[in-house]
Order: sequence, then structure tokens, then C-alpha cells
Amino acid sequence: MIETLLTPLHYEYMVKAILVSGFIGGVCALLSCYVTLKGWSLMGDALSHAIVPGVVLAYFAGLPFAAGAFFSGLLAAGTMGFIKSRTRIREDAVIGIVFTTFFAAGLLLISLYPSNISLKTIVLGNILGIANRDIIQSLVISGVTLVVLAVKWKDLLLFVFDPAQARAVGLNTSLLHLMLLTLLAATAVAALQAVGACLVVAMLVTPGATAYLLTDRFGRMMGLAAAMGVTTSVLGAYASYFLDGSTGGCIVVLQTALFLAALFFAPVHGVLAGRWKARTSGQSGTSSQPGDELSAGAEAL
Amino acid sequence: MGTNNGHHDIKIDLRVEGVTVAYNNGHVALRDATFSLAPGTICGLVGVNGSGKSTLFKAIMGFVRPVRGSVSIGGLSVREAHRRNLVAYVPQSEEVDWAFPVSVWDVVLMGRYGYMNMMRIARRADREIAMASLERVGMAEFRSRQIGELSGGQKKRVFLARALAQQGRIVLLDEPFTGVDVRTEAAIVDLLRELRAQGHIVFVSTHDLGSVPEFCDQVVIINRTVLAAGPMETTFTEQNLARAFGGALRNLRFDHTDVPGVLSNELRVLTDDEAALVFDESGRPARQMMSPDADATGAAEPADAAESQP
Repeated sequence: MIETLLTPLHYEYMVKAILVSGFIGGVCALLSCYVTLKGWSLMGDALSHAIVPGVVLAYFAGLPFAAGAFFSGLLAAGTMGFIKSRTRIREDAVIGIVFTTFFAAGLLLISLYPSNISLKTIVLGNILGIANRDIIQSLVISGVTLVVLAVKWKDLLLFVFDPAQARAVGLNTSLLHLMLLTLLAATAVAALQAVGACLVVAMLVTPGATAYLLTDRFGRMMGLAAAMGVTTSVLGAYASYFLDGSTGGCIVVLQTALFLAALFFAPVHGVLAGRWKARTSGQSGTSSQPGDELSAGAEAL
Repeated sequence: MGTNNGHHDIKIDLRVEGVTVAYNNGHVALRDATFSLAPGTICGLVGVNGSGKSTLFKAIMGFVRPVRGSVSIGGLSVREAHRRNLVAYVPQSEEVDWAFPVSVWDVVLMGRYGYMNMMRIARRADREIAMASLERVGMAEFRSRQIGELSGGQKKRVFLARALAQQGRIVLLDEPFTGVDVRTEAAIVDLLRELRAQGHIVFVSTHDLGSVPEFCDQVVIINRTVLAAGPMETTFTEQNLARAFGGALRNLRFDHTDVPGVLSNELRVLTDDEAALVFDESGRPARQMMSPDADATGAAEPADAAESQP
């Protein structure tokens, strides 16, 4: 029994996959706290698709894929900002147009100039077959992100919470905006290896959203999100060996399971807690919390 | 180092000279706005929605760069003034995400970030000043609450405490009285008067025309440009307000004697349907019409008075 459970660890590629996924998952989870609070989930999704043409071009040119991804991610963000500030088109439409354009350009490039980079790797990730060179890139990106967050987490928090106050205490909000976008693009590149472009956004949103249901303190939110990000990524990579299924799929399904558990059973902000509160607070009708949640849920459906 | 004492003794003025702000879509929100404020003043900023009040605040906060003209704070550029923590800002309640996972204490410490090191680790002096600021607004006992768990008045006081903790010389307040009970309003006004006595510039954007003569000594009236700026007595006149608000205000005239048509018998009420501004017979704004007990029914009072006329 134990022997069976330990088999994945006998393979070097599995150990690598588990460790790399765990590290990337943790860093993405930390960033996901900012993404959920800033309301940048759609932006994260957009960036994770917009980096694809950069990755492809970087492979063609023999450059580190991070450099290309980074460049095309920021180009996409800049394009969105430009269109939004100069037209009356709403932000969601701008994001929709720009990220699909970039993603389409990436797909077109791959299909027109076939090479050793496969469409499947980019869209679905390939952590089990990851090359050492790519591991180093992903670890460097995640490591740098971790250091930047360790030093600037409070400045970024203030920027997300109250940009005007950030200005008032002398912070450069344009720089912080760019910093957050850059971190998002960078971690999207790292996570692309683990789960692929389609699922990157889950790594950059779900742990933060789950933690937000569980606490009212940002510090604890970061801790919870990171713990969940690391655990689900490690377990997901590990489980994919037995299931012989997609690593990205396993990681994201585990994250969703935790999210669902929190959604219903979170002590204060969960659905059941809201119901309980409404019932125990009597028929005064003062608590509109559960009603709001239900109607919001209905709207989302 | 050594900046922890703030700028208690420095007199800082605010000069807005020929400021024109145009947005990227070509919309000119503010044209050639000019006024200045000297230390030790409470100045009201009034104008209809879309008159450029928030644009003017954004220019002072450095969020928009004027295409022409300049804002200078104690002779410094906006950027430099912010680096020196000279400008504190109290946001409108609607602009704050009250579900954000921060406590009252976290928010007040944000006022001290400009004095902290790169990692924003609070030193003892920062904690002491933050605590004193919370005590000054009577919110110390709520310091570990999440900000959404507070009443409207308490929320406002937390952000005032943050402005106090920052020890800026200029305090900008955006609609400080919306969603606030009358007792808190009076407490806020007392606090603003204290700040004025200490030589601060308190600049308040408000819809609440009726309260402006109550606590302001200067006023800036805008509508896409500065229409009038100066001391209350000479600037906050019916004529200037009519120019700024035009049809946006209700102008009610009540004649409370049996000799109609005599100007001195008229009571004129200007209101944008929030708090009413009442002019007495001399044509000056009546200062004590809004008693602290009048609260929400205050605006309805003149109408009641009119009905009771024989």
C-alpha cells in the first residue's frame, strides 16, 4: 500500500513536477489575493492568453520564453489601457477583443510555422515533460515575484484598496499599477508550464477567492491562499500520476473543491452561515445577506 | 529620519493657477481654474454634479495632470508635496470597498506609510500617533473591527483618523457628511475647526449647501471653471450660487407677512434637494437655521413653515 503511494516519487520527472507545481502554485496563490480584491480576474485571464504569441516568437528566436511572454503580455495590457482611455467602449469588451486577438495571433503563428513547440503544451501545459531549462525559468520568475511581494506587499495592498491614499503618502501609483500587471504577466508565464494557458486564471484567482471567504484580514488571507495553492498543486501533480490524467486539470479541480467547501461552510461568509444568521436573527428582515448572495448567484447562473 | 513629527509648524498654502484639465477623450472638465487658499482656513467647494469638483480634487491628488496651469502646495509641485506627506485625503464613502479585508487599525496605519521604511513596518512612534488619532475621533475601541462592520458615521471617523495620523497640512474631504448622523456631523465640524486653529487648510467638497455657511470661512464655487472664490460673506451669495447652479437648484420664496412684495419680508430657500440653504432678509445666508436636532427633516421645514402661513 505505502509502496504504491510512494511510486510517483521514484520517478525524477514526477518529483520535479510536484515540487515545481507546488512552488508556482504558492506564488500564484499569493498574487491571487490581489487579483480578486482588485477585480482583475478577467485581466488575469486576458494576460494568460495574451502571452501566447510572445512565447511562440521567443521559441522561434531561441530566446527565453519568459522574455517573449512578458513583452506580449505588457503590450496587450498597454493596448487595453489605450483603447479604454480613448474610446467609450467598456472595459470588458476591450479585454475581450484584445486578448482573443493576441491568442489568435499565437495560434496562427504555431500553425503556420510548425516547430518543436506544440499547441497542446501551450494550451494545456506539460509539467510532466518540462525541460530543465524551463524549470529554471519558471523558478526564477516565481522567486523574483516572491521577493517583490515580500518587500512591496503593503504598498500593493494600499494601491489596491485606496489609490488616492497611496498617492497622498507619496507612492507612485502608476509604478505600482505596472508592478502588479508585470507580476501578473510573469506568474502567468510560470503557471503556463504547469497548467496551460486555459487554466492559468484558476491558479491566479481561486485560492485568493477561497481565502477571502474565510477571513477578514489580509495577512491571514495571504497565508491561507498560499497554503491552499501549494497543497492543491502538490496533490494535483501527485494525483495525476495515478489518474494518468492532465496535471492542470487535477490541480484546478482540487482548488475548485476547496472553493466549494468554503463557499458553503465558511464560518462567517459562507452560504450556510448566512442562512443561519438570517434564521437566528429572527423575522425582523434586517439581514439581507443570504438574499443578496442567492440573487447574486442566480445572476451569475 | 526625524520626519516623524510631521510638519506641525510649517505654514503651507495651496495655489491653483490657470488649471485646465482635459481627459483623453477630449472632454475638458475644468478650464482655467484659479484660486488660492492661505493656511488656517476651512474652504467649501461647491458646484453641480459634473462641474469639475472631483476633477479639481484629482488634480490636487496628482491623478490628472493639467494640460495648462499648475497646482502648487507650499511652493512645491503636487508630487513633491505628497512625498512630504503634506496632503491628506478623506474619500467619499461610496469610493471605499467596505468588504475589503482590512481592520480599522490597518486603515489608520496607512496614514503613516509615508513615514515608514520601504517595508512599511510601523515603528513605535507610528503606532502611538495612529492610536492618538483614533482616540481623537473616539474610535480606539473599534480598532480591531473589519471596516465593513461599522456604522456610516464610524466609517467616516476612521478615515478622518487616518488623515490625522498622516499629519498633512492640507486635508481634502470629499462629501464628508453623506450617510453621517447629525451627532457625527457636529463632531466632524468640531475637528475641522481644531485643524483650522492649528493652521491647516481644510478643503471640503460638498453637496450640502445648507451646511457650508455653518463651518466654512472660505468658499470656491465652480462650474467647469472657478466662478467665484473668497471669503464666505462676499462670495457665498445668492447671485454667485445662481450662476453656478442655474436650474439645478430649487429657489423657493416665502413671504411671511401680509405685505407681499417687500423684499425684506422674503425668506428665500435655495436647495438642490439635500440640505436647504436659507437666506435671511439682508440677503446673507442664515447661519443657525440648521440646528443639530433638525437632521433629516431639516430640509422639509421651510415647506412646513409655508403651509402654516395664514
